[in-house]
Amino acid sequence: MASVPARHITTLAACLVWAGSGASAQTGDAEAGEAVFSKCAGCHSVGPGAKHRIGPLLNGLFGRRAASLEDFRYSRSFRRVGAGGLEWHADTLDAFLENPRALASGTRMSFRGLKDAQDRANVIAYLRGFSDDPSDIPEADPTRQGSERDLDPAILALVGDPDYGAYLSGECITCHQAAGGDDGIPSIVLWPQEDFVTAMHAYKNKTRKHPVMQMVAGRLGDEEIAALAAYFGQLQE
Amino acid sequence: MTLDRRTFLGTSAAAAGTLAAPQVLADGHAKPRVVVVGGGAGGATAARYIARDSKGEISVTLIEPTRMYYTCFFSNLYLGGFKEIGDIGHSYGALAAGGVNVVHDWAVGVDRDARTVALAGGATVPYDKLILSPGIDFVEGAVEGWDLSAQNAMPHAYKAGSQSELLKAQLMAMPEGGTFVMVAPPNPFRCPPGPYERVSMVAHLLRTNNPTAKIIVADPKPKFSKMALFQEGWADHYPGMIDWIGEDFGGGNVSVDPGAMTVTIDGEETKADVCNVIPAMKAGRIAGLAGVTEGNWAPVNAADMSSRADPDIHVLGDSSQQGDMPKSGFSANSQAKVCANAVRGALTGSKVFPARFSNTCWSLIAPNDGVKVGATYEATPEKIAKIDGFISATGESAELRKATYEESEGWYTGITTDMLG
Repeated sequence: MASVPARHITTLAACLVWAGSGASAQTGDAEAGEAVFSKCAGCHSVGPGAKHRIGPLLNGLFGRRAASLEDFRYSRSFRRVGAGGLEWHADTLDAFLENPRALASGTRMSFRGLKDAQDRANVIAYLRGFSDDPSDIPEADPTRQGSERDLDPAILALVGDPDYGAYLSGECITCHQAAGGDDGIPSIVLWPQEDFVTAMHAYKNKTRKHPVMQMVAGRLGDEEIAALAAYFGQLQE
Repeated sequence: MTLDRRTFLGTSAAAAGTLAAPQVLADGHAKPRVVVVGGGAGGATAARYIARDSKGEISVTLIEPTRMYYTCFFSNLYLGGFKEIGDIGHSYGALAAGGVNVVHDWAVGVDRDARTVALAGGATVPYDKLILSPGIDFVEGAVEGWDLSAQNAMPHAYKAGSQSELLKAQLMAMPEGGTFVMVAPPNPFRCPPGPYERVSMVAHLLRTNNPTAKIIVADPKPKFSKMALFQEGWADHYPGMIDWIGEDFGGGNVSVDPGAMTVTIDGEETKADVCNVIPAMKAGRIAGLAGVTEGNWAPVNAADMSSRADPDIHVLGDSSQQGDMPKSGFSANSQAKVCANAVRGALTGSKVFPARFSNTCWSLIAPNDGVKVGATYEATPEKIAKIDGFISATGESAELRKATYEESEGWYTGITTDMLG
């Protein structure tokens, strides 16, 4: 244990930084969002029994193509951006709610926009509750924006912690056999550490194409990739 | 990614080089005791990881009534003829050899004050930490006319094993041009794409053996997981064979008569040659007996899968109500690793790392036509929250679909080894 503390305290500091920078801006409070929604409720309805009013109903909004409900008459401007591929997700809604005319110049939505970022996050969280739940439809929109990607590069120059790597490796060996089997899914044991790190970063920056690996690597910070490499490197000994 | 107090303390203890167990054990027994109820993807993984990683410091007992574990995942591939029943059956021998005390009995009660689990065989097993991973049971009266006494006439086959074999035998014996009816479950339920992969596998089997047969699906939901992928596949591989009746067309208004082998969908009676009833689900019964459920499921804290009702009880997998993760074997396996890490930390002072979760669900639509959906998740104070994901696209190349299927086979070997050793 003697060699652990210094390295480990650094890891802990990194965790605290994520928690501090991640919490407020990324996830809204749906309850507070309900109050914000009162500004929208003059024209839009959402929830059980919601109907089109002056604006379209907002159930099932997340993941929906803009202007795609057949029984609502959208403005020409909105039909155009819908045809152009605009889909409603947390990020596009955020941009639209901040300034509706930024996305659709001729929208009939006569609303100046929500200038407060937290208000927008809250109302987006509120609306998210009326779209598909990922526990039922796994492909449904995320309910939260990722935080690991926002890691400050300055705190990442760390030597990998093999104990952390051992823990993280649990996610790998659900699919990649720990004993090194290779049927349908490649073996990842006994790789040189450098190759491992190179490959993981190639998935992370999407140079390599596999969607599962892009997703897994996308969530790993540089430090975590180093930890995994250290762990698998240790296995080699 | 938030760091909770427990994580902070566990990590600090490790950083200070402390090896002594931080938790004072109730009656002064030397070795902390973990009892795991349920030997599926959640329970077996948790038992194996705690036993393996504690290197003898924790005594681990797994309570599991069946001697052979048949995986629900890939049981549809057995129905479709891609696997033998033996391929999806696993013994607990390797887990026992790995240091887990495997007890084949039913857990029938939990005394949370005394911290003991009562077994049907009469024994009482004490614990310091209890992990419940009992899978699902069915909600009584969920489908009018169906109860457990009808499961031979109209199998659910949603707990793999003899039920899977029964459904397969019924499908093989179906008269030429006969009708297969599935009554699909309401949300939330085990394995969201499962019923639709099953429809695909039954269609494949019938297309080969009984090409004029028909498939009717009565579904209480307006849509389902991978819907566009399945519907594309059904139109390509099984044109005209499958009639999916969703909520909008009365698919939720269903009653069955197992004696007459009829199914009534929105007032219209149909004679079924084989009828697969998958009722609404709830947490495995022991979770309710332990008093950790609210409604049908057991709410948990996302950071360590501990019950919101009792910090010494953790609930994994299908039984838990955790947030965004689908009820799947992959999810249960992922949650088990987070839980094992936290339980070990609490009992021995080992390092506790922040929770991270992932899930991927592969489904087979036709030979070498595999698709997948997956996501990654993190713990927030409220729930396990989805942060990113992917899904196979419609119109993918045959090569990619084949590679996806082969990947699922690799995953099957990987996860069963990861669970059971």
